[in-house]
Amino acid sequence: MRYEKPQTVADAARLLTAEKGITRVLGGGTDVLVQLKAGMVEPDLIVDIKALPGIRAIVAEAGGFRIGAAVSNAQLGEDAAVRALWPGVVEAAGLIGSTQVQGRATMAGNLCNASPAGDAVPALVAAGAVARVAGPGVARDVPVEAIPAGPGKTTLKRGEFITSIFLPARPAKSGDAYLRFIPRTEMDIAVASAAVSLTLNDQGVITAARVALGAVAPTVRLVDDAATAIIGTKLHDDAQAALAAACSAACAPIDDKRGTIEFRTEVAGVLAKRAARIAYTRAGGQA
Amino acid sequence: MSSISVSTTVNGDPVDFVCTPDESLLDALRNRMGLTGAKEGCGTGDCGACSVLLNGRLVCSCLVLAAEAEGAEIATVEGMAGPEGLHPLQRAFIDHAALQCGVCTPGILVAAKALLEKNPDPSDEEVRYWLAGNLCRCTGYDKIVRAVQAAAAEMRSA
Repeated sequence: MRYEKPQTVADAARLLTAEKGITRVLGGGTDVLVQLKAGMVEPDLIVDIKALPGIRAIVAEAGGFRIGAAVSNAQLGEDAAVRALWPGVVEAAGLIGSTQVQGRATMAGNLCNASPAGDAVPALVAAGAVARVAGPGVARDVPVEAIPAGPGKTTLKRGEFITSIFLPARPAKSGDAYLRFIPRTEMDIAVASAAVSLTLNDQGVITAARVALGAVAPTVRLVDDAATAIIGTKLHDDAQAALAAACSAACAPIDDKRGTIEFRTEVAGVLAKRAARIAYTRAGGQA
Repeated sequence: MSSISVSTTVNGDPVDFVCTPDESLLDALRNRMGLTGAKEGCGTGDCGACSVLLNGRLVCSCLVLAAEAEGAEIATVEGMAGPEGLHPLQRAFIDHAALQCGVCTPGILVAAKALLEKNPDPSDEEVRYWLAGNLCRCTGYDKIVRAVQAAAAEMRSA
């Protein structure tokens, strides 16, 4: 195994493209090093991206924020401006692992690890976040929901890696929230999760919404029917019930030690309702 | 496997060492630098026994490659006690018997010190959440929380 720490994005892409064997991109390492230790993967090349320009920076851009791929979740959580604009995203990232893991783990890594249960991912999808993908060719911008391809698999091509995640600007009277179910209070993997981002008009009617579910399918699910169920409403009980029903209908989970198919399907709808209520209140609505 | 030369700073002292590309910072601290305070409990970031500060950030040294220490500043439990004696947290852990076998203790001390530097007056709940990544199989945590609070009170009045 070789370890390289390139200074430019072009060099990183060149290294990753030229290596014929197994490569791993090292950001925070909280998944990569666990996989190394467990013998799940024996990479020929590790490319540490932490020396790339801007990779550890949070930069205001076009009313939103560009989050460098090596920004730790602890660093993200300390940024009051990002927290004010996208509290649900920051809270989701903040749920991952212990204080020690927070000091290293990144949202880009959570996305590329491609676990169906990654906590940051549904919140990013609900937020309409966009990943910037570097590689041998020209950099491209990809909606976050298009990155995971299945458990442990992404749509990134050989030599490609994420350099940043862009959280867009949002209108006034907007809010987002993320909730997960775990059987304890801390340090566990989501059994089911839901993220909601929405915008209200001056009358408190929802004019735009995105609803995403985690841990209930091979990849994160963006549920258009769930958004449709609450757009044009003030999130009254019948709208919440329709939201939950649409979420449960979108679930295709597995049975495992964490939860049954029936439990995950039911709980995803319940979490979506609760997350929607939090997002609605954050947007300034009177729930 | 090729060797990598690393220049880093540990507890304020410049240190040079050689490591393999797949070596963890924990293994380098213990086996190359002789700093055996950080322990390997799980090796997968679950137990926190290997906690150190990397550029001021609390991390599990088992989840850091030794090569990543190049140019970094590392703080371990060995740097906690000063010339005047033990750190207030170390004394409080002894006074409150907040340890039994002691394997988790170095990691908890490093983590608790990082907490008190960020938040000098935490609630019990904040202490418990902050230390959720430091597993102790002996004490049941109550004495640990009390010791951290006693040290925090002493440090606030100092």
